Amino acid sequence: MTAESSHKQAFVPELLGRSDYAIIGEIVEPNTKVLDLGCGEGELLQWLAENKGVDARGVEISGAKVQRAIARGVSVYQGDIDEGLADYPKGAFDYVILSQTLQQTHKPLKVLREMLRVGRRVIVAFPNFGHWAVRLSMAVGGGAPKTKLFPYNWYDSPNIHFLTVRDFEALMALQGLVVERRYFLSGRHKVHFLPNVLAEVAVYLLSGSAGSTASPQGPG
Amino acid sequence: MIVEANSVRFDSLSLDNGASLAPVDVAYETYGELNSKKTNAILILHAFSGDAHAAGISHETGKPGWWDNCIGPGKAFDTNKYFVICSNILGGCRGTTGPSSVNPATGCPYAMSFPVITVSDMVRLQKMLIDWFGIERLLSVSGGSMGGMQALEWAVAFPDRVVSAIPIACTTRHSAQQIAFNEVGRQAIMADPDWNEGNYYSHKPPARGLAVARMVGHITYMSDDSMREKFGRRLRGKENFGFDFDVDFEVESYLRYRGSEFVTRFDANSYLYITKAMDYFDLTNGQGTLASAFASSQARFLVISFSSDWLYPSYQSQEIVRALRTRNCDVAYVELQSNYGHDAFLVDVAEQTDLIRGFLASTYEKTQ
Repeated sequence: MTAESSHKQAFVPELLGRSDYAIIGEIVEPNTKVLDLGCGEGELLQWLAENKGVDARGVEISGAKVQRAIARGVSVYQGDIDEGLADYPKGAFDYVILSQTLQQTHKPLKVLREMLRVGRRVIVAFPNFGHWAVRLSMAVGGGAPKTKLFPYNWYDSPNIHFLTVRDFEALMALQGLVVERRYFLSGRHKVHFLPNVLAEVAVYLLSGSAGSTASPQGPG
Repeated sequence: MIVEANSVRFDSLSLDNGASLAPVDVAYETYGELNSKKTNAILILHAFSGDAHAAGISHETGKPGWWDNCIGPGKAFDTNKYFVICSNILGGCRGTTGPSSVNPATGCPYAMSFPVITVSDMVRLQKMLIDWFGIERLLSVSGGSMGGMQALEWAVAFPDRVVSAIPIACTTRHSAQQIAFNEVGRQAIMADPDWNEGNYYSHKPPARGLAVARMVGHITYMSDDSMREKFGRRLRGKENFGFDFDVDFEVESYLRYRGSEFVTRFDANSYLYITKAMDYFDLTNGQGTLASAFASSQARFLVISFSSDWLYPSYQSQEIVRALRTRNCDVAYVELQSNYGHDAFLVDVAEQTDLIRGFLASTYEKTQ
Protein backbone atom coordinates (compact mmCIF):
# COMPACT_ATOMS: atom_id res chain seq x y z
CA MET A 1 0.00 0.00 0.00
CA THR A 2 1.33 3.39 -0.94
CA ALA A 3 1.28 6.49 1.24
CA GLU A 4 -0.99 8.35 -1.20
CA SER A 5 -3.65 5.69 -1.24
CA SER A 6 -3.78 5.64 2.52
CA HIS A 7 -5.45 9.03 2.62
CA LYS A 8 -8.01 8.24 -0.04
CA GLN A 9 -11.39 6.97 1.00
CA ALA A 10 -10.86 6.12 4.62
CA PHE A 11 -14.55 5.35 4.81
CA VAL A 12 -15.70 2.13 3.15
CA PRO A 13 -19.27 1.90 1.92
CA GLU A 14 -20.97 -1.33 2.75
CA LEU A 15 -22.08 -3.82 0.16
CA LEU A 16 -24.87 -6.13 1.31
CA GLY A 17 -24.15 -4.92 4.82
CA ARG A 18 -20.47 -5.80 4.73
CA SER A 19 -17.44 -3.64 4.08
CA ASP A 20 -15.25 -6.58 3.01
CA TYR A 21 -17.81 -7.25 0.26
CA ALA A 22 -17.49 -3.59 -0.78
CA ILE A 23 -13.72 -4.07 -1.16
CA ILE A 24 -14.25 -7.29 -3.11
CA GLY A 25 -16.85 -5.59 -5.28
CA GLU A 26 -14.28 -2.88 -5.98
CA ILE A 27 -11.46 -5.31 -6.82
CA VAL A 28 -13.35 -7.57 -9.21
CA GLU A 29 -13.17 -6.32 -12.78
CA PRO A 30 -16.28 -6.41 -14.97
CA ASN A 31 -17.13 -9.36 -17.22
CA THR A 32 -14.74 -11.74 -15.53
CA LYS A 33 -15.21 -15.28 -14.31
CA VAL A 34 -15.55 -15.58 -10.54
CA LEU A 35 -15.67 -18.52 -8.15
CA ASP A 36 -16.76 -17.82 -4.57
CA LEU A 37 -15.83 -20.51 -2.06
CA GLY A 38 -18.16 -20.82 0.89
CA CYS A 39 -20.53 -18.49 -0.92
CA GLY A 40 -23.43 -18.97 1.49
CA GLU A 41 -26.69 -17.98 -0.12
CA GLY A 42 -24.88 -16.42 -3.08
CA GLU A 43 -25.65 -12.76 -2.30
CA LEU A 44 -22.19 -11.51 -3.30
CA LEU A 45 -22.21 -13.58 -6.49
CA GLN A 46 -25.63 -12.29 -7.42
CA TRP A 47 -24.45 -8.72 -6.84
CA LEU A 48 -21.35 -9.30 -8.96
CA ALA A 49 -23.41 -10.89 -11.73
CA GLU A 50 -25.92 -8.06 -11.79
CA ASN A 51 -23.55 -5.14 -11.32
CA LYS A 52 -20.32 -6.32 -12.91
CA GLY A 53 -21.64 -8.78 -15.45
CA VAL A 54 -19.42 -11.52 -14.07
CA ASP A 55 -19.89 -15.20 -14.78
CA ALA A 56 -20.56 -16.20 -11.19
CA ARG A 57 -20.09 -19.64 -9.65
CA GLY A 58 -20.04 -20.76 -6.05
CA VAL A 59 -19.32 -23.63 -3.70
CA GLU A 60 -21.16 -24.07 -0.43
CA ILE A 61 -21.37 -26.97 1.98
CA SER A 62 -24.80 -26.23 3.46
CA GLY A 63 -27.57 -27.71 1.35
CA ALA A 64 -30.14 -25.20 2.62
CA LYS A 65 -27.89 -22.29 1.61
CA VAL A 66 -27.17 -23.86 -1.78
CA GLN A 67 -30.91 -24.15 -2.38
CA ARG A 68 -31.42 -20.46 -1.70
CA ALA A 69 -28.45 -19.53 -3.89
CA ILE A 70 -29.71 -21.57 -6.84
CA ALA A 71 -33.19 -20.14 -6.31
CA ARG A 72 -31.71 -16.67 -6.77
CA GLY A 73 -30.23 -17.82 -10.06
CA VAL A 74 -26.60 -18.31 -9.02
CA SER A 75 -24.78 -21.48 -10.11
CA VAL A 76 -23.69 -22.97 -6.83
CA TYR A 77 -22.82 -26.54 -6.09
CA GLN A 78 -22.96 -28.28 -2.78
CA GLY A 79 -19.51 -29.40 -1.82
CA ASP A 80 -16.54 -29.15 0.47
CA ILE A 81 -13.96 -26.43 -0.18
CA ASP A 82 -11.17 -28.61 1.17
CA GLU A 83 -11.73 -31.15 -1.61
CA GLY A 84 -13.91 -29.37 -4.11
CA LEU A 85 -11.37 -27.56 -6.27
CA ALA A 86 -9.45 -30.54 -7.57
CA ASP A 87 -11.73 -31.06 -10.58
CA TYR A 88 -11.35 -27.55 -11.99
CA PRO A 89 -8.80 -27.02 -14.73
CA LYS A 90 -5.88 -24.65 -14.14
CA GLY A 91 -6.74 -20.99 -14.61
CA ALA A 92 -10.48 -21.67 -14.92
CA PHE A 93 -11.38 -18.40 -13.20
CA ASP A 94 -10.22 -14.80 -13.18
CA TYR A 95 -10.90 -14.55 -9.46
CA VAL A 96 -11.37 -17.10 -6.74
CA ILE A 97 -12.85 -15.58 -3.59
CA LEU A 98 -12.64 -16.93 -0.09
CA SER A 99 -14.47 -14.59 2.22
CA GLN A 100 -14.19 -15.16 5.97
CA THR A 101 -13.85 -18.89 5.52
CA LEU A 102 -10.08 -19.53 5.46
CA GLN A 103 -10.06 -20.01 9.22
CA GLN A 104 -12.71 -22.71 8.84
CA THR A 105 -10.94 -24.90 6.29
CA HIS A 106 -9.04 -27.98 7.39
CA LYS A 107 -5.98 -27.29 5.27
CA PRO A 108 -5.82 -23.55 4.63
CA LEU A 109 -2.51 -23.62 2.78
CA LYS A 110 -3.67 -26.38 0.47
CA VAL A 111 -6.87 -24.43 -0.18
CA LEU A 112 -4.87 -21.29 -0.99
CA ARG A 113 -2.62 -23.22 -3.35
CA GLU A 114 -5.62 -24.80 -5.06
CA MET A 115 -7.28 -21.39 -5.37
CA LEU A 116 -4.16 -20.02 -7.02
CA ARG A 117 -4.11 -22.98 -9.39
CA VAL A 118 -7.70 -22.56 -10.60
CA GLY A 119 -7.77 -18.75 -10.44
CA ARG A 120 -5.58 -16.10 -12.00
CA ARG A 121 -6.12 -14.05 -8.87
CA VAL A 122 -7.29 -14.86 -5.41
CA ILE A 123 -9.19 -12.66 -2.98
CA VAL A 124 -9.01 -13.73 0.64
CA ALA A 125 -10.82 -11.97 3.44
CA PHE A 126 -10.34 -13.17 7.01
CA PRO A 127 -11.04 -11.97 10.52
CA ASN A 128 -7.84 -10.83 12.25
CA PHE A 129 -7.14 -12.78 15.41
CA GLY A 130 -4.52 -10.18 16.30
CA HIS A 131 -7.14 -7.44 16.77
CA TRP A 132 -6.79 -5.62 20.09
CA ALA A 133 -10.24 -6.75 21.28
CA VAL A 134 -9.20 -10.39 20.86
CA ARG A 135 -5.94 -9.76 22.68
CA LEU A 136 -7.78 -7.92 25.44
CA SER A 137 -10.46 -10.60 25.79
CA MET A 138 -7.82 -13.26 26.23
CA ALA A 139 -5.46 -11.19 28.40
CA VAL A 140 -8.15 -10.00 30.75
CA GLY A 141 -10.64 -12.86 30.66
CA GLY A 142 -8.07 -15.61 30.44
CA GLY A 143 -10.41 -17.77 28.36
CA ALA A 144 -10.62 -18.42 24.65
CA PRO A 145 -11.46 -15.00 23.25
CA LYS A 146 -15.05 -14.06 22.54
CA THR A 147 -15.49 -10.85 20.59
CA LYS A 148 -17.75 -9.34 17.98
CA LEU A 149 -15.57 -10.99 15.32
CA PHE A 150 -15.19 -14.27 17.15
CA PRO A 151 -18.53 -14.62 18.90
CA TYR A 152 -18.47 -18.39 19.40
CA ASN A 153 -17.79 -20.51 22.43
CA TRP A 154 -14.65 -22.57 21.89
CA TYR A 155 -16.72 -25.79 21.68
CA ASP A 156 -19.13 -24.68 18.98
CA SER A 157 -16.94 -22.45 16.87
CA PRO A 158 -16.71 -23.19 13.13
CA ASN A 159 -13.27 -21.57 13.24
CA ILE A 160 -10.55 -24.16 13.49
CA HIS A 161 -7.53 -22.02 12.67
CA PHE A 162 -6.74 -18.66 14.21
CA LEU A 163 -4.59 -16.36 12.18
CA THR A 164 -3.49 -12.77 12.41
CA VAL A 165 -2.47 -10.29 9.75
CA ARG A 166 1.13 -10.92 10.77
CA ASP A 167 0.70 -14.67 10.35
CA PHE A 168 -0.80 -14.25 6.91
CA GLU A 169 1.97 -11.92 5.76
CA ALA A 170 4.56 -14.38 7.04
CA LEU A 171 2.90 -17.22 5.15
CA MET A 172 2.83 -15.19 1.94
CA ALA A 173 6.52 -14.44 2.29
CA LEU A 174 7.40 -18.02 3.17
CA GLN A 175 5.42 -19.44 0.25
CA GLY A 176 6.56 -16.77 -2.18
CA LEU A 177 3.01 -15.77 -2.97
CA VAL A 178 2.46 -12.38 -4.51
CA VAL A 179 0.33 -9.90 -2.62
CA GLU A 180 -1.01 -7.47 -5.18
CA ARG A 181 -3.16 -5.46 -2.81
CA ARG A 182 -4.08 -5.53 0.85
CA TYR A 183 -6.91 -3.79 2.67
CA PHE A 184 -7.46 -3.58 6.41
CA LEU A 185 -10.85 -2.78 7.83
CA SER A 186 -12.23 -1.83 11.18
CA GLY A 187 -15.97 -1.58 10.95
CA ARG A 188 -16.56 0.69 7.99
CA HIS A 189 -13.14 2.33 8.13
CA LYS A 190 -9.91 1.49 6.46
CA VAL A 191 -7.01 0.96 8.81
CA HIS A 192 -3.70 2.43 7.71
CA PHE A 193 -1.35 1.70 10.55
CA LEU A 194 -0.84 -1.14 12.98
CA PRO A 195 -3.22 -3.37 11.01
CA ASN A 196 -2.34 -6.40 13.12
CA VAL A 197 -3.74 -4.56 16.15
CA LEU A 198 -6.41 -2.36 14.64
CA ALA A 199 -7.85 -4.34 11.72
CA GLU A 200 -10.89 -6.47 12.33
CA VAL A 201 -10.87 -7.88 8.84
CA ALA A 202 -8.12 -8.15 6.24
CA VAL A 203 -8.73 -8.45 2.51
CA TYR A 204 -5.87 -9.62 0.28
CA LEU A 205 -5.59 -9.77 -3.47
CA LEU A 206 -3.07 -12.43 -4.39
CA SER A 207 -1.70 -13.67 -7.65
CA GLY A 208 0.12 -16.90 -8.29
CA SER A 209 2.45 -15.50 -10.92
CA ALA A 210 5.96 -15.29 -9.53
CA GLY A 211 6.74 -11.75 -10.55
CA SER A 212 7.94 -8.82 -8.53
CA THR A 213 7.20 -9.63 -4.95
CA ALA A 214 5.48 -6.79 -3.21
CA SER A 215 7.35 -5.86 -0.08
CA PRO A 216 5.32 -6.97 2.89
CA GLN A 217 4.13 -4.10 4.96
CA GLY A 218 5.21 -4.35 8.56
CA PRO A 219 2.13 -5.39 10.44
CA GLY A 220 1.72 -4.13 13.98
CA MET B 1 -55.93 -26.60 -17.33
CA ILE B 2 -57.61 -29.15 -19.64
CA VAL B 3 -55.10 -30.59 -22.07
CA GLU B 4 -55.41 -32.46 -25.35
CA ALA B 5 -53.24 -35.31 -26.54
CA ASN B 6 -51.60 -34.68 -29.92
CA SER B 7 -49.72 -36.85 -32.31
CA VAL B 8 -47.38 -36.39 -35.24
CA ARG B 9 -46.08 -38.96 -37.72
CA PHE B 10 -42.54 -38.98 -39.11
CA ASP B 11 -41.54 -40.96 -42.18
CA SER B 12 -38.73 -42.88 -40.58
CA LEU B 13 -36.14 -42.97 -37.84
CA SER B 14 -32.69 -44.58 -38.14
CA LEU B 15 -31.71 -46.49 -35.05
CA ASP B 16 -28.44 -47.15 -33.27
CA ASN B 17 -28.73 -50.88 -33.97
CA GLY B 18 -28.62 -50.19 -37.73
CA ALA B 19 -32.30 -50.78 -38.39
CA SER B 20 -34.84 -48.11 -39.11
CA LEU B 21 -38.47 -47.69 -38.16
CA ALA B 22 -41.01 -46.37 -40.64
CA PRO B 23 -43.24 -44.62 -39.97
CA VAL B 24 -42.91 -43.39 -36.39
CA ASP B 25 -45.71 -41.76 -34.44
CA VAL B 26 -44.99 -39.44 -31.54
CA ALA B 27 -47.63 -38.62 -28.94
CA TYR B 28 -47.12 -35.28 -27.24
CA GLU B 29 -48.78 -32.61 -25.18
CA THR B 30 -47.93 -28.94 -24.82
CA TYR B 31 -48.69 -26.38 -22.13
CA GLY B 32 -48.36 -22.60 -22.33
CA GLU B 33 -47.60 -20.52 -25.41
CA LEU B 34 -44.55 -20.56 -27.65
CA ASN B 35 -43.27 -16.98 -27.97
CA SER B 36 -42.72 -15.39 -31.36
CA LYS B 37 -38.95 -15.93 -31.26
CA LYS B 38 -39.45 -19.50 -30.07
CA THR B 39 -37.02 -19.00 -27.21
CA ASN B 40 -39.18 -20.12 -24.29
CA ALA B 41 -39.59 -23.83 -25.06
CA ILE B 42 -38.84 -26.45 -22.44
CA LEU B 43 -38.83 -30.17 -23.20
CA ILE B 44 -39.91 -32.37 -20.30
CA LEU B 45 -38.63 -35.93 -20.46
CA HIS B 46 -40.59 -38.61 -18.71
CA ALA B 47 -39.26 -41.45 -16.62
CA PHE B 48 -39.52 -45.17 -17.35
CA SER B 49 -43.28 -45.63 -16.95
CA GLY B 50 -44.42 -42.08 -17.68
CA ASP B 51 -46.11 -40.69 -20.75
CA ALA B 52 -46.78 -37.48 -22.65
CA HIS B 53 -49.43 -36.41 -20.16
CA ALA B 54 -47.13 -34.50 -17.84
CA ALA B 55 -49.45 -31.72 -16.69
CA GLY B 56 -53.00 -30.45 -16.62
CA ILE B 57 -56.16 -32.51 -16.63
CA SER B 58 -56.47 -34.92 -19.51
CA HIS B 59 -59.41 -34.14 -21.78
CA GLU B 60 -59.95 -37.88 -22.27
CA THR B 61 -59.35 -39.42 -18.87
CA GLY B 62 -59.88 -36.50 -16.49
CA LYS B 63 -56.61 -37.41 -14.75
CA PRO B 64 -53.83 -34.99 -13.79
CA GLY B 65 -50.43 -35.32 -15.47
CA TRP B 66 -47.56 -37.18 -13.78
CA TRP B 67 -45.69 -33.93 -12.98
CA ASP B 68 -48.72 -31.67 -12.66
CA ASN B 69 -47.40 -30.37 -9.33
CA CYS B 70 -44.33 -28.99 -11.15
CA ILE B 71 -45.74 -27.82 -14.49
CA GLY B 72 -48.46 -25.19 -14.79
CA PRO B 73 -49.22 -21.53 -14.19
CA GLY B 74 -46.99 -20.24 -11.38
CA LYS B 75 -45.37 -23.66 -10.82
CA ALA B 76 -41.69 -24.61 -11.18
CA PHE B 77 -42.07 -24.87 -14.95
CA ASP B 78 -44.30 -21.82 -15.19
CA THR B 79 -46.59 -22.13 -18.19
CA ASN B 80 -47.43 -18.42 -17.95
CA LYS B 81 -43.86 -17.86 -19.03
CA TYR B 82 -42.67 -20.97 -20.84
CA PHE B 83 -43.91 -23.29 -23.54
CA VAL B 84 -43.63 -26.82 -22.17
CA ILE B 85 -43.58 -29.92 -24.37
CA CYS B 86 -43.67 -33.55 -23.27
CA SER B 87 -43.73 -36.54 -25.60
CA ASN B 88 -44.07 -40.25 -25.02
CA ILE B 89 -40.73 -42.01 -25.57
CA LEU B 90 -39.86 -44.28 -28.46
CA GLY B 91 -40.66 -47.86 -27.45
CA GLY B 92 -43.43 -46.68 -25.14
CA CYS B 93 -47.04 -47.76 -25.17
CA ARG B 94 -48.84 -44.46 -24.74
CA GLY B 95 -49.16 -43.22 -28.29
CA THR B 96 -45.58 -43.24 -29.56
CA THR B 97 -44.45 -46.15 -31.69
CA GLY B 98 -43.39 -49.13 -29.62
CA PRO B 99 -43.59 -52.93 -29.60
CA SER B 100 -47.37 -52.85 -29.18
CA SER B 101 -47.79 -50.70 -32.31
CA VAL B 102 -48.87 -52.29 -35.55
CA ASN B 103 -46.04 -53.00 -37.95
CA PRO B 104 -47.35 -51.68 -41.30
CA ALA B 105 -45.39 -54.38 -43.13
CA THR B 106 -47.28 -57.23 -41.43
CA GLY B 107 -50.46 -55.66 -40.12
CA CYS B 108 -49.67 -57.20 -36.71
CA PRO B 109 -48.12 -55.67 -33.59
CA TYR B 110 -44.32 -55.58 -33.73
CA ALA B 111 -44.01 -57.53 -30.47
CA MET B 112 -40.45 -58.89 -30.25
CA SER B 113 -39.73 -58.00 -33.87
CA PHE B 114 -39.51 -54.41 -32.65
CA PRO B 115 -35.85 -53.35 -32.92
CA VAL B 116 -33.85 -52.94 -29.73
CA ILE B 117 -33.73 -49.21 -29.11
CA THR B 118 -31.48 -46.89 -27.11
CA VAL B 119 -31.86 -43.69 -25.13
CA SER B 120 -30.12 -41.84 -27.96
CA ASP B 121 -32.73 -43.20 -30.41
CA MET B 122 -35.42 -41.80 -28.10
CA VAL B 123 -33.67 -38.43 -28.03
CA ARG B 124 -33.19 -38.34 -31.82
CA LEU B 125 -36.92 -38.84 -32.21
CA GLN B 126 -37.57 -36.02 -29.72
CA LYS B 127 -35.28 -33.83 -31.78
CA MET B 128 -37.40 -34.53 -34.86
CA LEU B 129 -40.39 -33.30 -32.87
CA ILE B 130 -38.54 -30.15 -31.81
CA ASP B 131 -37.45 -29.53 -35.43
CA TRP B 132 -41.07 -30.01 -36.47
CA PHE B 133 -42.06 -27.26 -34.02
CA GLY B 134 -39.40 -25.07 -35.64
CA ILE B 135 -37.64 -24.57 -32.32
CA GLU B 136 -33.96 -23.89 -32.79
CA ARG B 137 -32.86 -23.98 -29.17
CA LEU B 138 -34.68 -25.37 -26.18
CA LEU B 139 -34.49 -23.15 -23.13
CA SER B 140 -34.25 -26.32 -21.08
CA VAL B 141 -34.49 -30.09 -21.14
CA SER B 142 -35.51 -31.64 -17.87
CA GLY B 143 -36.61 -34.87 -16.29
CA GLY B 144 -36.06 -37.27 -13.43
CA SER B 145 -34.68 -40.81 -13.50
CA MET B 146 -34.64 -41.99 -17.12
CA GLY B 147 -35.94 -38.51 -18.01
CA GLY B 148 -32.71 -37.14 -16.54
CA MET B 149 -30.69 -39.59 -18.62
CA GLN B 150 -32.44 -38.25 -21.73
CA ALA B 151 -31.72 -34.67 -20.63
CA LEU B 152 -28.01 -35.55 -20.39
CA GLU B 153 -28.13 -37.24 -23.79
CA TRP B 154 -29.70 -34.10 -25.26
CA ALA B 155 -26.94 -31.90 -23.86
CA VAL B 156 -24.25 -34.18 -25.26
CA ALA B 157 -25.81 -35.20 -28.59
CA PHE B 158 -27.21 -31.77 -29.54
CA PRO B 159 -25.08 -29.28 -27.62
CA ASP B 160 -26.12 -26.33 -29.79
CA ARG B 161 -29.81 -27.07 -29.33
CA VAL B 162 -30.12 -26.76 -25.54
CA VAL B 163 -29.51 -23.70 -23.40
CA SER B 164 -29.83 -25.60 -20.14
CA ALA B 165 -30.42 -29.06 -18.72
CA ILE B 166 -31.95 -30.14 -15.43
CA PRO B 167 -31.14 -33.82 -14.85
CA ILE B 168 -32.77 -35.01 -11.63
CA ALA B 169 -32.12 -38.22 -9.67
CA CYS B 170 -30.31 -39.90 -12.54
CA THR B 171 -27.01 -41.25 -13.78
CA THR B 172 -24.76 -41.22 -16.83
CA ARG B 173 -24.87 -45.03 -16.85
CA HIS B 174 -26.51 -47.79 -14.92
CA SER B 175 -24.57 -49.55 -12.21
CA ALA B 176 -24.63 -53.33 -11.81
CA GLN B 177 -27.31 -52.90 -9.14
CA GLN B 178 -29.56 -50.88 -11.43
CA ILE B 179 -29.13 -53.38 -14.27
CA ALA B 180 -29.82 -56.19 -11.81
CA PHE B 181 -33.19 -54.79 -10.73
CA ASN B 182 -34.18 -54.27 -14.37
CA GLU B 183 -33.19 -57.83 -15.18
CA VAL B 184 -35.37 -59.16 -12.35
CA GLY B 185 -38.29 -57.25 -13.86
CA ARG B 186 -37.61 -58.59 -17.34
CA GLN B 187 -37.25 -62.15 -16.10
CA ALA B 188 -40.52 -61.90 -14.17
CA ILE B 189 -42.28 -60.94 -17.42
CA MET B 190 -40.58 -63.54 -19.57
CA ALA B 191 -41.19 -66.27 -16.98
CA ASP B 192 -44.94 -65.67 -17.22
CA PRO B 193 -46.35 -68.29 -19.66
CA ASP B 194 -48.78 -65.65 -20.91
CA TRP B 195 -45.83 -63.68 -22.26
CA ASN B 196 -45.62 -66.26 -25.05
CA GLU B 197 -42.37 -64.95 -26.54
CA GLY B 198 -43.97 -61.51 -26.67
CA ASN B 199 -46.95 -62.62 -28.77
CA TYR B 200 -49.83 -61.96 -26.44
CA TYR B 201 -51.62 -59.07 -28.10
CA SER B 202 -54.49 -61.23 -29.29
CA HIS B 203 -54.63 -63.18 -26.02
CA LYS B 204 -54.11 -62.50 -22.33
CA PRO B 205 -51.15 -60.22 -21.47
CA PRO B 206 -48.51 -61.52 -19.02
CA ALA B 207 -50.25 -59.72 -16.18
CA ARG B 208 -48.68 -61.66 -13.31
CA GLY B 209 -45.15 -61.24 -14.60
CA LEU B 210 -45.62 -57.55 -15.31
CA ALA B 211 -47.18 -57.00 -11.89
CA VAL B 212 -44.23 -58.67 -10.15
CA ALA B 213 -41.83 -56.55 -12.19
CA ARG B 214 -43.69 -53.44 -11.07
CA MET B 215 -43.70 -54.56 -7.44
CA VAL B 216 -39.90 -54.84 -7.52
CA GLY B 217 -39.76 -51.45 -9.16
CA HIS B 218 -41.85 -49.83 -6.46
CA ILE B 219 -39.62 -51.21 -3.73
CA THR B 220 -36.63 -49.55 -5.40
CA TYR B 221 -38.48 -46.24 -5.71
CA MET B 222 -39.14 -45.99 -1.97
CA SER B 223 -36.76 -45.86 0.98
CA ASP B 224 -36.57 -47.87 4.17
CA ASP B 225 -37.79 -44.79 6.04
CA SER B 226 -40.66 -44.02 3.70
CA MET B 227 -41.83 -47.65 3.79
CA ARG B 228 -41.64 -47.72 7.58
CA GLU B 229 -43.59 -44.48 7.73
CA LYS B 230 -46.16 -45.53 5.18
CA PHE B 231 -46.71 -49.17 6.19
CA GLY B 232 -44.57 -50.25 9.11
CA ARG B 233 -45.70 -53.76 10.03
CA ARG B 234 -49.37 -52.79 10.02
CA LEU B 235 -51.76 -55.54 9.05
CA ARG B 236 -54.26 -55.05 6.29
CA GLY B 237 -57.87 -55.27 7.53
CA LYS B 238 -57.13 -57.83 10.24
CA GLU B 239 -56.09 -58.02 13.86
CA ASN B 240 -54.01 -61.17 13.63
CA PHE B 241 -51.93 -63.02 11.07
CA GLY B 242 -54.05 -65.07 8.70
CA PHE B 243 -51.63 -68.02 8.76
CA ASP B 244 -52.05 -68.30 5.02
CA PHE B 245 -50.60 -66.58 1.95
CA ASP B 246 -53.26 -63.98 1.43
CA VAL B 247 -52.41 -60.40 2.18
CA ASP B 248 -51.37 -59.91 5.80
CA PHE B 249 -49.33 -56.71 5.74
CA GLU B 250 -50.24 -53.30 4.40
CA VAL B 251 -47.07 -53.28 2.33
CA GLU B 252 -48.13 -56.48 0.57
CA SER B 253 -51.49 -54.98 -0.24
CA TYR B 254 -49.87 -51.82 -1.57
CA LEU B 255 -47.47 -53.68 -3.83
CA ARG B 256 -50.20 -55.97 -5.17
CA TYR B 257 -52.39 -52.94 -5.87
CA ARG B 258 -49.56 -51.11 -7.62
CA GLY B 259 -48.73 -54.21 -9.65
CA SER B 260 -52.26 -54.88 -10.83
CA GLU B 261 -52.92 -51.22 -11.56
CA PHE B 262 -49.77 -51.03 -13.69
CA VAL B 263 -50.93 -53.91 -15.86
CA THR B 264 -53.93 -51.90 -17.02
CA ARG B 265 -51.79 -49.08 -18.41
CA PHE B 266 -48.47 -50.56 -19.46
CA ASP B 267 -47.31 -52.99 -22.08
CA ALA B 268 -45.04 -55.83 -20.94
CA ASN B 269 -42.93 -55.73 -24.11
CA SER B 270 -42.42 -51.99 -23.68
CA TYR B 271 -41.13 -52.84 -20.20
CA LEU B 272 -38.52 -55.13 -21.75
CA TYR B 273 -37.42 -52.68 -24.45
CA ILE B 274 -37.29 -49.58 -22.30
CA THR B 275 -35.42 -51.18 -19.41
CA LYS B 276 -32.92 -52.57 -21.92
CA ALA B 277 -32.43 -49.08 -23.37
CA MET B 278 -31.77 -47.75 -19.86
CA ASP B 279 -29.24 -50.50 -19.18
CA TYR B 280 -27.42 -49.84 -22.46
CA PHE B 281 -27.27 -46.10 -21.79
CA ASP B 282 -23.75 -44.81 -21.24
CA LEU B 283 -23.12 -41.14 -21.86
CA THR B 284 -19.50 -41.90 -22.80
CA ASN B 285 -20.56 -44.62 -25.26
CA GLY B 286 -17.84 -46.66 -23.66
CA GLN B 287 -15.15 -44.32 -24.97
CA GLY B 288 -13.06 -41.85 -23.04
CA THR B 289 -13.95 -40.12 -19.84
CA LEU B 290 -17.22 -38.62 -18.80
CA ALA B 291 -15.58 -35.20 -19.00
CA SER B 292 -14.72 -35.81 -22.66
CA ALA B 293 -18.36 -36.71 -23.31
CA PHE B 294 -19.28 -33.19 -22.20
CA ALA B 295 -16.53 -31.66 -24.37
CA SER B 296 -18.83 -29.77 -26.72
CA SER B 297 -21.62 -29.10 -24.26
CA GLN B 298 -22.37 -25.41 -23.76
CA ALA B 299 -25.46 -25.87 -21.63
CA ARG B 300 -25.96 -24.60 -18.14
CA PHE B 301 -26.78 -27.43 -15.76
CA LEU B 302 -28.85 -27.83 -12.63
CA VAL B 303 -28.24 -31.28 -11.16
CA ILE B 304 -30.45 -32.47 -8.31
CA SER B 305 -30.25 -35.64 -6.23
CA PHE B 306 -32.10 -36.83 -3.13
CA SER B 307 -30.52 -37.98 0.10
CA SER B 308 -32.60 -41.15 0.50
CA ASP B 309 -32.53 -42.21 -3.18
CA TRP B 310 -30.66 -45.51 -3.16
CA LEU B 311 -31.70 -46.49 -6.69
CA TYR B 312 -29.98 -43.44 -8.22
CA PRO B 313 -27.70 -42.47 -5.34
CA SER B 314 -26.24 -38.98 -5.01
CA TYR B 315 -22.76 -40.19 -5.93
CA GLN B 316 -24.02 -40.74 -9.48
CA SER B 317 -25.21 -37.13 -9.70
CA GLN B 318 -21.93 -35.97 -8.18
CA GLU B 319 -20.08 -37.80 -10.95
CA ILE B 320 -21.99 -35.69 -13.46
CA VAL B 321 -21.12 -32.53 -11.55
CA ARG B 322 -17.45 -33.40 -11.27
CA ALA B 323 -17.16 -34.12 -14.98
CA LEU B 324 -18.85 -30.82 -15.79
CA ARG B 325 -16.49 -28.99 -13.45
CA THR B 326 -13.53 -30.58 -15.16
CA ARG B 327 -14.83 -28.95 -18.37
CA ASN B 328 -15.44 -25.72 -16.44
CA CYS B 329 -19.11 -25.93 -17.41
CA ASP B 330 -21.73 -23.85 -15.64
CA VAL B 331 -23.24 -26.28 -13.12
CA ALA B 332 -25.35 -25.94 -10.00
CA TYR B 333 -25.87 -28.96 -7.79
CA VAL B 334 -27.70 -29.76 -4.62
CA GLU B 335 -28.61 -32.92 -2.76
CA LEU B 336 -32.09 -32.36 -1.36
CA GLN B 337 -32.97 -33.92 1.97
CA SER B 338 -35.89 -36.26 1.54
CA ASN B 339 -37.26 -39.47 2.98
CA TYR B 340 -39.07 -40.51 -0.16
CA GLY B 341 -36.25 -42.33 -1.91
CA HIS B 342 -36.21 -42.22 -5.70
CA ASP B 343 -39.89 -41.18 -5.73
CA ALA B 344 -38.81 -37.85 -4.21
CA PHE B 345 -38.48 -36.16 -7.61
CA LEU B 346 -42.21 -36.70 -8.15
CA VAL B 347 -43.31 -36.17 -4.56
CA ASP B 348 -41.01 -33.65 -2.87
CA VAL B 349 -41.99 -30.81 -5.11
CA ALA B 350 -41.83 -27.85 -2.75
CA GLU B 351 -38.08 -28.24 -2.42
CA GLN B 352 -37.51 -28.44 -6.15
CA THR B 353 -39.84 -25.63 -7.13
CA ASP B 354 -37.76 -22.66 -5.97
CA LEU B 355 -34.59 -24.20 -7.38
CA ILE B 356 -36.03 -24.87 -10.82
CA ARG B 357 -37.90 -21.57 -10.96
CA GLY B 358 -34.80 -19.52 -10.05
CA PHE B 359 -32.55 -21.51 -12.36
CA LEU B 360 -34.91 -21.17 -15.32
CA ALA B 361 -35.55 -17.47 -14.71
CA SER B 362 -31.84 -16.62 -14.66
CA THR B 363 -31.21 -18.85 -17.68
CA TYR B 364 -34.05 -17.23 -19.61
CA GLU B 365 -32.75 -13.78 -18.70
CA LYS B 366 -29.32 -14.62 -20.09
CA THR B 367 -30.82 -15.63 -23.43
CA GLN B 368 -32.82 -12.43 -23.90
